[in-house]
Amino acid sequence: MDHRTHRATYRVEGRSAAPGIALGPLVRLVAARSKTQRSRSELGEQQALADAIEASKLDLTVLAEKVKDEDAEAILSFQIALLEDENLAAPAFARIADGEAADKAWVAAIDPEIATYEQADDSYFRARASDLRDLRDRVLRRLAGEVDQAVPPGVIVATEDMTPSLFLATDWRDGGLVLRRGSPSSHVAILARSRGVPMIVGVDIDHLGSGVDAVLDGEAGSLIIDPDPSTKADYGRRLTEQAEARAAAFSFTGQVVTASGEPVRMMINVTGLAELRDIDPSNVDGIGLMRTEFLFQEREQLPSEEEQYHIYRQMAEWAAGKPVTIRTLDAGGDKPIAGLTIPGDLNPFLGVRGVRLSLRRLDVFRLQLRALARAAVGGNLKVMIPMVTAPEELVQCRALFQTAVDELRGEGYEAAMPPLGMMVEVPAAALVVEDFDADFYSIGSNDLIQYVMAASRDEPQLADLARPSRAVFNLIGHVVEHAKRCGREASLCGDLAGDPQQVASLLDQGLRSFSVAPGVLRPVRAAIARYSSRAA
Amino acid sequence: MNKLEVSVLMRHEVGLHARPSVKLTKLAKAFESKIDLGLSPDGPWIDAKSIVKVMATKAPKDSTIYFRAEGKDAKAALDALVMLVDGDFQNGP
Repeated sequence: MDHRTHRATYRVEGRSAAPGIALGPLVRLVAARSKTQRSRSELGEQQALADAIEASKLDLTVLAEKVKDEDAEAILSFQIALLEDENLAAPAFARIADGEAADKAWVAAIDPEIATYEQADDSYFRARASDLRDLRDRVLRRLAGEVDQAVPPGVIVATEDMTPSLFLATDWRDGGLVLRRGSPSSHVAILARSRGVPMIVGVDIDHLGSGVDAVLDGEAGSLIIDPDPSTKADYGRRLTEQAEARAAAFSFTGQVVTASGEPVRMMINVTGLAELRDIDPSNVDGIGLMRTEFLFQEREQLPSEEEQYHIYRQMAEWAAGKPVTIRTLDAGGDKPIAGLTIPGDLNPFLGVRGVRLSLRRLDVFRLQLRALARAAVGGNLKVMIPMVTAPEELVQCRALFQTAVDELRGEGYEAAMPPLGMMVEVPAAALVVEDFDADFYSIGSNDLIQYVMAASRDEPQLADLARPSRAVFNLIGHVVEHAKRCGREASLCGDLAGDPQQVASLLDQGLRSFSVAPGVLRPVRAAIARYSSRAA
Repeated sequence: MNKLEVSVLMRHEVGLHARPSVKLTKLAKAFESKIDLGLSPDGPWIDAKSIVKVMATKAPKDSTIYFRAEGKDAKAALDALVMLVDGDFQNGP
């Protein structure tokens, strides 16, 4: 915007979902989902499939040019080669000629191919099934009229809502995200925090136009449209500071100690392999929480044992002997998963979620336990169970795990039983934590706070209640003390651990193990280093 | 019309996987001749230009791959394919 024709600056308020500052042009993304035409002629269906394949080929070619690692490039060029091969879609075109709709015909053509890979003896060939599934879904999305909207880097994106897969496919360098829907605890918000992308939610985006100059203040939860030069300069300075702080964020090395010399373990929370690329494992004490929900979301089929195994194993390889704590699927609550969680659950946070769901969907749970038992052979894997409420649930999980290990060994696989711990996030478990046979404890402060305070973390009017109170800290202290007495580890992996202002209170409770989003390692480390214990 | 056959031992450490298959089919497509691939001298023969079919052979390490080609550039095609497989798929398109 030219200074001479400067329009009045105005602010649009929202809620902070991920801190940070972004300066740049605003880009409105419009949901591009058009309804599939159901009354296409046979010729129309043939053309629609041919177009969808051609468009997918282009998408993949663009993607292949962007990826930097060789493995991703190899998979993409394999997928492109498949699409270029007429043999792949030939059965689909034959089915359309017999009167079937393009999407059904495509699935019917690809699924048998996927099945032959799934049945392969060689694990490498079995793993290719997921490449084919991915390809199948990509073409289906194109058939349904969905478009991979390319978001250029360095812009502030404003849109209704965003899927984790689109978020992950976007280059967010120097960019930011503004959503009308979503909440600070949504998955995209978790991803944004772990990747340092400023994000605000609950914004009225109707009057925002593409191309206007904007500043996104993720901390304050506001968007400033057409900022005047002094505001812009001000934020420009803060942006520079932020960039410097980020560059230094991972430059820490060595053990974290308090001012009184006590060592504190610092682990990270992650959602997948992508976040580990920029982190040197020697600077952290391992992964304190790997959220496996992201492996299950936004896809047509649940991930196979093989796919999960490869991811868990690669995480353990990254950690090079340091612990990698993997949480079994924590679906339900605010994290619905198509085909798995129960739609229309009246009160999802008090419903069938976490381990409650796993114990009711043993088919899915068993695959995950098998993948974990196999990955535990080579790495320092730990497994934790979410939403444990009664001791019996943990007993059941342990028995199921042992069965999975025995089965695998019977089939000739190497398998190991990793330490099995529990998330402490339900007050009923926290109050009598000594009744649970867990190898370690990880306090999930987000849920613990909302269950103790009976206040939703997504209700802005109750923000003052949904905070860590003395009741919450007492419970945390109780869990930490029990763990210490019996020589087991207790860590805290919720947002509370990542808040530098809460660090001292947590250390006061005896907590000496933190697991935080990689982006806040530095401020939390700094807060720990300033702390001297009351006893010292 | 040329009609030729050759065989070559594949030593690639993982077998005829995605990356080698992509290279092999790309190379085959560079020739006009009809080129078939088999895992035994008597077939069954599959189209060496189709990645769907080549991957479907799931050929493991130490397989002997048989090629037969028919067409003007059959000799050149087989020479190039043997060189690719023999060279452990290091080169090629």
